Amino acid sequence: MISKTLPGRLRESLPAYAFLAPWLIGLFGLTLIPMVLSLYYSFTDYSLLAPPVWEGLANYQRMLSDDRYQHSLVVTFTYVLLSVPLEMVFALAVAVVLNQGLKAVAFYRAVYYVPSLLGGSVAIAILWRQIFGADGLVNQVLGTVGLDGPGWISSPDTSLFTLVLLRVWQFGAPMVIFLAGLRQIPGDVLEAAEVDGAGRVRRFVHITLPLLSPIIFFNLVLQIIGAFQAFTPAFIVSGGSGGPSDSTLFYTLYLYQKAFGSFEMGYAAAMAWVLLLIIAGFTAANFVMGKRWVFYADEREAR
Amino acid sequence: MSTPVRQRPPRTESAPRSVPRRTRAANRQGLMSRRTVAHAAIILIGLVMVYPLVWMLSSSFEPTTEIFGSTSLVPKSPSLDNYSAGWSGPGAPFSVYLLNSLLICALTIVGNVLSCSLAAYAFARMSFVGRRVLFGVMLGTIMLPAHVTLIAQYSIFRDLGWVDTYLPLVVPKFLGTEAFFIFLMVQFIRGLPRELDEAARIDGCGVFQIYLRIVLPLLRPALVTTAIFSFIWSYNDFFTALIYVSDPARLTVPLALRTFLDSSGQSEWGQMFAMSLVTMVPVLVAFVLFQRRIVEGVATTGLK
Repeated sequence: MISKTLPGRLRESLPAYAFLAPWLIGLFGLTLIPMVLSLYYSFTDYSLLAPPVWEGLANYQRMLSDDRYQHSLVVTFTYVLLSVPLEMVFALAVAVVLNQGLKAVAFYRAVYYVPSLLGGSVAIAILWRQIFGADGLVNQVLGTVGLDGPGWISSPDTSLFTLVLLRVWQFGAPMVIFLAGLRQIPGDVLEAAEVDGAGRVRRFVHITLPLLSPIIFFNLVLQIIGAFQAFTPAFIVSGGSGGPSDSTLFYTLYLYQKAFGSFEMGYAAAMAWVLLLIIAGFTAANFVMGKRWVFYADEREAR
Repeated sequence: MSTPVRQRPPRTESAPRSVPRRTRAANRQGLMSRRTVAHAAIILIGLVMVYPLVWMLSSSFEPTTEIFGSTSLVPKSPSLDNYSAGWSGPGAPFSVYLLNSLLICALTIVGNVLSCSLAAYAFARMSFVGRRVLFGVMLGTIMLPAHVTLIAQYSIFRDLGWVDTYLPLVVPKFLGTEAFFIFLMVQFIRGLPRELDEAARIDGCGVFQIYLRIVLPLLRPALVTTAIFSFIWSYNDFFTALIYVSDPARLTVPLALRTFLDSSGQSEWGQMFAMSLVTMVPVLVAFVLFQRRIVEGVATTGLK
C-alpha cells in the first residue's frame, strides 16, 4: 500500500468514487457551490431579476439598523431559550416516569410520540390557530370555569408563547431518545447505590444524570439547532406575516419575507450566513460547556 | 456503554441484612403507590396531549357553528358534510393534492434509498483517497442549516427553469442531500460481517455485485427506516414546496391546506379540520404500520 504512488492509489479509488458519484454531485452542486455563491450574494445587492451588484458589507451593516431584523432575533432567541429547556425537562421527566417499569410503556411512548410526528405539519399549525383563537378551545375550557381568556394568538403578549407551547407539546422525540438512554443504565449500579443507602434523589442526581449526560447533550444540541430553524408553525399561525406586531416574526420567517416577498436576495443570504454563525456558535458553546458536565464513561476509564 | 461505578459491592448475603425487613416491606408498598402516582400522571399528561387531536376529530363532524361553544368530544349531530365540502375544496379536489404529494414522496424514497446506500457502501467498505475528509464533510452537512444554500439553490434551479416543477423537490434526493441517511446506513453496514463480502469476492463478484447482492438485501432494515422517514419528511415538507411550487394544480398537501386557510379564513373551521385530518392520515398510517422502526430510528439517531 505504502509503496504505491498517488496516481496508482487514485486509480484504485475510482470504483469508490463511482459509488459516491451521486452524492458528490449533490455535495458540490447543491451544497458547496451554493454556499460559496450565497456567501458572494451576501455582499451584493441581488434581486434575482438583475445580476448581483457588489456592495461589500452593506447587507451586514444594514442588520445593525434594521429594527425588524433585530426584533426577529429577539423573538427567535426567546423562542429557543424558552422552548428547548422546557421541552427537554418535560421529555426527561416523562421518560424517567415511563422507565419505572410501568406496563404498557410502548403504548404511552406511542401516544407521546405522535405529536412530534405531526407537530411540524400545516395541519397542526391550523389546529393551534383555532385552539388559541379568541373563541377557540382554550378559552372555551376557561369559560366553563368562569374565566375570560385573551385572544392568545391575536395578542402580541401571548402569541409567541402559543408557539413555545406547540414545541413543548412535541417533547416525544427527545423523550424517546432519553428512554433509550435510560434503558442503557445498568440496574445493578442503581441497586448497589440503593444498598449503600442512597435515596431516590441522590441516585438520580449522582448516577442517572451523569450516565445520561451524553444523551442530554445530544438532545440539547439537536433541539437547539432545530428550534433556530423553526418556520412552519409561525408562518401558518400568523398567516405569513409574523404578526401580531411582529411578535412571531421568527428569524427564518423574516428571511423568507426578505428573499421571496421583496426579493432582497443579497440581504437574505447575509441573514442566512449570520444564522449559520449563530447556530455554529451555540453548538460550539454547547461542546465547550459540555466538557464540564458531559460524562463519558469510556473516556474516564481510558485515563 | 460502560459505567463509572464498575465494581458494585459484591452481593453477599450480608448486604441485604443492612436493609431491615420492615423497611423492605414498606419500600414495596411505597413502590406500589409510587407506581400508581406515576401511572396517573402519565395518563393525565397523555390525555392533555391527545385531547386537542381528538377534539379536532370530533369537531370535523360538526357544523362550524357547533365547534364554537363546545368542548365536548361527542358531536351532537354528526355529519360528513365537512368532508365532502372540504374535499371538493377551493381549487382542485383534494385527491389531486394527495396524489401530487404521494408522487413526490415515492420519488423521494427511491432517490434517498439509492443515492444514500451507494455512498454509504463506499464509506463503509471501500478505501479511497480522501475518505476521511469526505466522511467528515458528509457529517458536517448533516448539521448545516438549509438556509445557507437556499438562496443560491433557488437561483440555480430558476436558471435551469425548474421553478414550478417538482424537480427541485425530488432531484436533490437522488443526490444524497439528506446525509443523515448515509450516516445511518454506514453505521448499519459496519455491523455486517466483512466475511460475506470476501466470500462473494472469491466467488467472483465485483464491488457492484457485492453491493447489489449482498449488502443491499442485508441493509433492508436501514432502508426501511430511511424510506419511512423520507416519506414523513417529504410529505410534511412545507417550506421547500412553498418556495418552488405555485401552480394551483401542482400544489402539495401542506400547500393546499394553507391556501384553504387563506381563502376560507376563519369561517370554515369544520372543513379545515376535516381536511387537516385527511392530510394526517397517511402519516398516521405509516406510524401505525412501522411504529417500532420509527421509534428505534429516533432512539438511535435522533431522526424525527
